[in-house]
Amino acid sequence: MASLLDAYVSPKKEIPRQAYAGVSTVAVAVVIALWCVLSYGGFVRSDFLPTPHDVAMAAINGLNDGSLLINTGASLTEIISGFIIASVFAVPLGILMGSFKIVEAALEPVTNFVRYLPVSALIPLLILWVGIDIEEKISVIFIGTFFQQLIMIADVSRGVSQDLLDVSYTLGAGRRTVVWRVLIPATLPGVMDTLRVTLGWAWTYLVVAELVAANKGLGYFILNSMRGLFTDQIFLGIIVIGLLGLISDQGFKLLRNRLLPWAV
Amino acid sequence: MAAPKLRIDNVALRFRSRTGAPVTALENISLVVEDKEFSVIVGPSGCGKTSLLRLVAGLIEPTEGSISLDNTSINGPGKDRGMVFQSYTLFPWLTVQNNVEFGLRIAGIPAAQRRETSRRYIAQVGLTGFERLYPKQLSGGMMQRVALARALANAPAILLMDEPFGALDSQTRSLMQEMLLDLWQGSHKTVLFITHDIDESILLGDRVYVMTARPGRIKEMVEIDLPRPRTVEMLTSDAFMAIKRRIMHSIHEEAMRSVAIERT
Ligand SMILES: Nc1ncnc2c1ncn2[C@@H]1O[C@H](COP(=O)(O)OP(=O)(O)OP(=O)(O)O)[C@@H](O)[C@H]1O
Ligand SMILES: [Mg+2]
Repeated sequence: MASLLDAYVSPKKEIPRQAYAGVSTVAVAVVIALWCVLSYGGFVRSDFLPTPHDVAMAAINGLNDGSLLINTGASLTEIISGFIIASVFAVPLGILMGSFKIVEAALEPVTNFVRYLPVSALIPLLILWVGIDIEEKISVIFIGTFFQQLIMIADVSRGVSQDLLDVSYTLGAGRRTVVWRVLIPATLPGVMDTLRVTLGWAWTYLVVAELVAANKGLGYFILNSMRGLFTDQIFLGIIVIGLLGLISDQGFKLLRNRLLPWAV
Repeated sequence: MAAPKLRIDNVALRFRSRTGAPVTALENISLVVEDKEFSVIVGPSGCGKTSLLRLVAGLIEPTEGSISLDNTSINGPGKDRGMVFQSYTLFPWLTVQNNVEFGLRIAGIPAAQRRETSRRYIAQVGLTGFERLYPKQLSGGMMQRVALARALANAPAILLMDEPFGALDSQTRSLMQEMLLDLWQGSHKTVLFITHDIDESILLGDRVYVMTARPGRIKEMVEIDLPRPRTVEMLTSDAFMAIKRRIMHSIHEEAMRSVAIERT
């Protein structure tokens, strides 16, 4: 009988799917149950910890008066624009940077400098330069994600095996063919993983930017709710951000399996 | 008498080490590979076997000496020298069939003809039925079979093989050797094959060059007069053993000599 349970206590062993799903469900249920007990049980004051019911009501109100959709829409627009602009530049430049020494020499110094600046430190400057509208949010997301993406994608590109390129030459490929038909496809799984991870970071930068100064967006929604001590709305904002993150992450996972079924 | 297919003339290869001091990987290498002959280089780990093959492939240049194929000096990599690498080098994003057709596609061969060629070579390496699989779905032995088919599909003047079975378990390796013997028996391709396995060198080769380490040199050339077609059963024959003793003696002598040098 012990052998049946061995898988559960052995490192890196697969466990049955149902067991996996079961444990996940229970874990989520425990968090929600704890929340219910603490809030409905009166263990924590309601202006500190709203009940699930309060949060649901806040959601309905937010949907009715449109504030939830407007703010979510604003945040989504900002993050999608900033993230796409950053990615459009970072992916090709990163691939070049990792495989062409000359590009690396040109980009590495500046990138390494900016990369270690927390973007939050740049927010005041960006506000001075471009104001507090969508341009500023996009700038924050761009600066925050672009340089990280660049370094990570350069690493992916650097990691493409020399033998893979060399075998292509022995099969008659020229340099251009090697870049387009071998180097770039070989980086795709790593590029997708980088985009997935950095999208998560982009959310963080956006919310920070919105907390500092904004007139719409989920960060603004949260901050505004704090001013009125509307904890239910704060919770609502946090939950929406979390859900959007979860959805985009799963979306990336799905896209990777769809577009790159060959990747390990 | 016809000129040899491949001629390596007095080649030396030196790398600059990290400290700046030159490291000699290969010294004074001369050998010839005759047309339709299976030549094998056997040598200990790190003696410069891969470097020598990369020189012939044109992926690196010799510090001294010259290499010519069909009396034409080698200048960079080309599809007349197909190579099977020591590491797994299939394109992960291409199916077995598309891997095999890679060189043909670059050469602009029409699809119908490509299909025909890839079908033939996939059959020769015993992988009919696996055309649509991706490399990640294949075992190590299967991947090396595909790599071989891919090199052969390009109809190279000489086939370079760098310890292609080195990473495989001994049963799989035996199967691969049999497959290669069969395949060679049917085509009499010119092959330069590298291995550190003495048995393998005798079983496969028409002649075996024994290499020594640090810096790599050719110590001796042994003609293998075992009859063809050959089978793995020959591994235990008296004639085989006699040749093996001779090669082992040669390597042993060299090892003793280098130990003696290190002591002084
Ligand atoms: N680019 C390089 N720069 C410096 N030294 C190198 C380089 N490539 C190879 N060497 C050195 O040259 C020697 C021969 O290497 P090589 O890979 O050709 O040996 P090998 O016989 O193929 O070894 P193995 O049996 O491990 O495959 C080694 O000592 C290696 O460290
Ligand atoms: Mg090697």
